[in-house]
Amino acid sequence: MLTLQFVPYSEIEELGPARRVNKLLDIAKQNKIVLLEGRLKKEEEKDLIEITMEEIDDKFKGIELAVINPEQKDSGFLKNLKNEVLNVLLGDRQGFTIIGPATVVKQIKKDPDKIELFTQDSGKTKKKR
Amino acid sequence: MINIVRNFINKVLKNIFKKKKHVKLGLYGPPNGGKTTLANKICQDWLGEDMGKVSNIAHETREIQIKEQINIKRGSKELSFNLVDTPGIATKIDYEDFMKVGMKEKDAKRRAKEATKGVIDSIKWLDDMDAVVVVLDATKDPYSQVNVTIIGNLQARDIPVLIVANKVDLKKASVKKVQAAFPQYGVIGISAKYGNNIDKFYEGLFALVG
Repeated sequence: MLTLQFVPYSEIEELGPARRVNKLLDIAKQNKIVLLEGRLKKEEEKDLIEITMEEIDDKFKGIELAVINPEQKDSGFLKNLKNEVLNVLLGDRQGFTIIGPATVVKQIKKDPDKIELFTQDSGKTKKKR
Repeated sequence: MINIVRNFINKVLKNIFKKKKHVKLGLYGPPNGGKTTLANKICQDWLGEDMGKVSNIAHETREIQIKEQINIKRGSKELSFNLVDTPGIATKIDYEDFMKVGMKEKDAKRRAKEATKGVIDSIKWLDDMDAVVVVLDATKDPYSQVNVTIIGNLQARDIPVLIVANKVDLKKASVKKVQAAFPQYGVIGISAKYGNNIDKFYEGLFALVG
C-alpha cells in the first residue's frame, strides 16, 4: 500500500530550515510519500540532500525528490510578469514538492508538464498539471 | 638606479601574473555523468597524466580530488586553475545496487558508506568554488531534481556555471533536451571519453572564467 501525506505550507512556514527539513524527512522515513504544498528554498533542498546522506543506513536508502515550480516556465512577457507578481505574493507557497522514500519510489520523472512516479514494484501513477 | 630596475621588474612580473587567472574550478553533477572522465581528458591534454579512476559502477569517485595549477592556452590567452573533481551528488544510495553488479555485501556496504560521505563533501565544497562545470549525462533525463538543486544553489551563490552535456557519442544523447531544461545557461555537448567537441569546451571555459 502506498501512503501519501499532504503537508500544507502553513505547517512548515514558521519552522527554521533544519526543522523544516527534518520534519519532511521524518515522514519519508516512515515509508510515506510527502506531498508538500509549495517548495523549499534552494539552500534547504541542498540541506535535505545532505541530511538524507547522513541518515542512510541498511534500512533507509535515501529519497526521490521532485519540485514542480510554475515560475520555471518561460511563457512570454505577460505570463512571466504574472508569475513574478504571484511569486511576490505567495513566495514559496507556489508549486509543490514530492519527497518519496527510495525504498518505495523508484523514480520521479518530470516532463516538465507532468510528473510520473514509478514505484519499486514497477507500478506507475501519473499526475498531470 | 637599482630601485628603478627593481620596480620595473616588479611591474613586468605583476602584469604577467595579472593576465593569468587562477581559479578553483569544480566539476559537479550526478553520479556517472562523466566528471572524472572529463577531468582525465583535461589533465591528459594539459599535464599528460590522468586525474582519477573511472568505472561504469556509480560512485567510483568518493573523495574530492584536486589537481593544482592546470594551465590551458588558447592563442595569446592563458588560464590557470585548480581542478576539483567531486563525487557525484545523489539523493539515494543503496548498497544492494552495488551487489547487483557483483560486489560482496561487505564491500558494497563500505562503498555505500563512502559514497554518502562523498556526497556530503561535494555539497560542503560548493561554497569554495570560483566557477563550476556541471557535467550531465546527455542520455539521461535532465530535469532530475539533483541537477536543478545543484544549479539553483550555484546560481544563489553567484558562481559562474557552464553545463556540459556529456556522452554525445551515444545514440540516445540529446544536447537539445539539456538546453531546453536549462535555457538560461550555456550548454556544450561533448564526449569526454573520445574528445568530441573538446575545443568548444575549452572555449567555454575561457568564456566562463577567462
